[in-house]
Amino acid sequence: MTSTPTGATVKRRSTPAELEALPLIPPAATGLAEVVRRRYLLRMLVGNTIQSRYQGTVLGWVWSYLQPAIRFCLFYFLFQVMIGRGAGMENFAVHLFAGMVIVHFFTETFNGGTQSLIQNRSLITKLPVPLEMFPVSRMLVAAWHTIPMLAILLFVCVLLGWVPDVVGVAAALLGFTLTALLGLALGLVFSVANVFMRDFGKVAQTLTQFVTFSVPMMYPYTLVQDRFGEPVASYYLFNPLAEAVLLIQRGFWTGTTSDPAYTEGIHLPDHLFTRGLIMTMVALVCVVLAQRLFSRLESRVPERL
Amino acid sequence: MTTMIQVENATKSFTMSYQRSLKQIVLAKARGRKTHDVFNAVDDVSFTVQEGESIGLMGLNGSGKSTLLKLVSGVMRPDAGSVLTRGRIAGLIATGAGFDPQLSGRDNLFLNAAILGMSRAETLRKFDEIVDFADLGKFLDTEVAYYSSGMKARLGFAVAINVDADIFIADEALAVGDRPFKRKCKRRMDEIVASGVTMFYVSHAPGSVRNLCSRVLVLDHGKLAFDGDVDEGIAFLEYNDDDDERGRGNADDGLGADI
Repeated sequence: MTSTPTGATVKRRSTPAELEALPLIPPAATGLAEVVRRRYLLRMLVGNTIQSRYQGTVLGWVWSYLQPAIRFCLFYFLFQVMIGRGAGMENFAVHLFAGMVIVHFFTETFNGGTQSLIQNRSLITKLPVPLEMFPVSRMLVAAWHTIPMLAILLFVCVLLGWVPDVVGVAAALLGFTLTALLGLALGLVFSVANVFMRDFGKVAQTLTQFVTFSVPMMYPYTLVQDRFGEPVASYYLFNPLAEAVLLIQRGFWTGTTSDPAYTEGIHLPDHLFTRGLIMTMVALVCVVLAQRLFSRLESRVPERL
Repeated sequence: MTTMIQVENATKSFTMSYQRSLKQIVLAKARGRKTHDVFNAVDDVSFTVQEGESIGLMGLNGSGKSTLLKLVSGVMRPDAGSVLTRGRIAGLIATGAGFDPQLSGRDNLFLNAAILGMSRAETLRKFDEIVDFADLGKFLDTEVAYYSSGMKARLGFAVAINVDADIFIADEALAVGDRPFKRKCKRRMDEIVASGVTMFYVSHAPGSVRNLCSRVLVLDHGKLAFDGDVDEGIAFLEYNDDDDERGRGNADDGLGADI
């Protein structure tokens, strides 16, 4: 093997004429567009991250269903059976779990994105890769991990007599889109900021702790209105994640209750869709701005890692 | 002739921070000490490389070779001036960077090829050749975490050297592996040069530069100190060595200490 020639199949990639036709450009292209262009690599990064999560386990991907299923059972037992929280609210466990799906998706996108550049240090400092690739891949990984949770949520909802309606599905989709865009925008900004000051990683962790309590998941939205009254309740709704969670509640939880229209009237604020659409647009603008900031800072990332 | 690499007044400066925490910075400021320093790793360098040329980049440790290589490969961007290239760049830079130890050699092969810019179809077409070159045998489907360092290096090399490129970049510091494998790499590089691919080769070893290259660039403290004939370039560098740092220059030969 060692003494045979190497195959002598060295080929020039381009003929001289082809080369002349190629542009003289900076060696590495960047930006979200480049991430889309190199989607084969993106798919591979996402696939490998997913694959390596359950590496070495016997159950493999079953874990991704087992963990959220157990979590749901726990909630059900704790809130429905033990505390009996269901007094004012029907199917509180679904309310909680539906919120958790979104919060989980957001936290993983945000925190994963924040750490993504630092975690891929060995690659970034040596080979030219569009850096946006890493926060984006973390968002896709987070989305993939949301699927099992969503499957369990759907399963429980169907058991409770939930029938999908067009408006509900639209609400859920809007909620996920809003969360994805917001998570990506924050992931982009924090990933690059974290390279310059590791404090941003800690800030991200702290912020995600707030998220859990600032959305109508462990408590109904009505509680905010009852306790704090009008100005506060309106401010509360400025939180895009609270909006996303409310959209998910509209998508799944209200449909499982005995009188969906009644539940919606009591527990969901007015103008749910208008607010959701506006916030999604704003989140989209945030992604564009985040990308701008990212590309301004990224040229100094390789040497600061 | 087509210009393949065009570097114009490229400058790359690095900031050295002496302190990082707020407390340290405040204390240093109060005592009138410097909190950071800026130096130019690559300082106002200009040159062009034509198609089919084979460039040897030489210089002492810390002269900015690696930084210049990173500017050309696109890992870093110049703070001032411009670096432009034509076509796909590949080569023996950071072979094996981005390996995921939890994945098998086969998965890593595909991942690494994708990082280097190959499509799936291209990787499949080259697959047998890469596997042959890496010579891993039955370990191909073992997780890379269990590979010996030599095996890991061979796999990285095999992928990198099989990427069809318009500009081939090589950092000699990475030439690890046993003797037969080194010879195989050497032969492969000769073939690449012979095929007319533009080569950009960083080395401390005069022998291999003489063998592979048609032109030499010498960097000194980030500035381009010499650009021209191979033998003259080597003489230029050795003249500097004789002057003050002969031992250092020679000791680096083939050690791969250049990071």
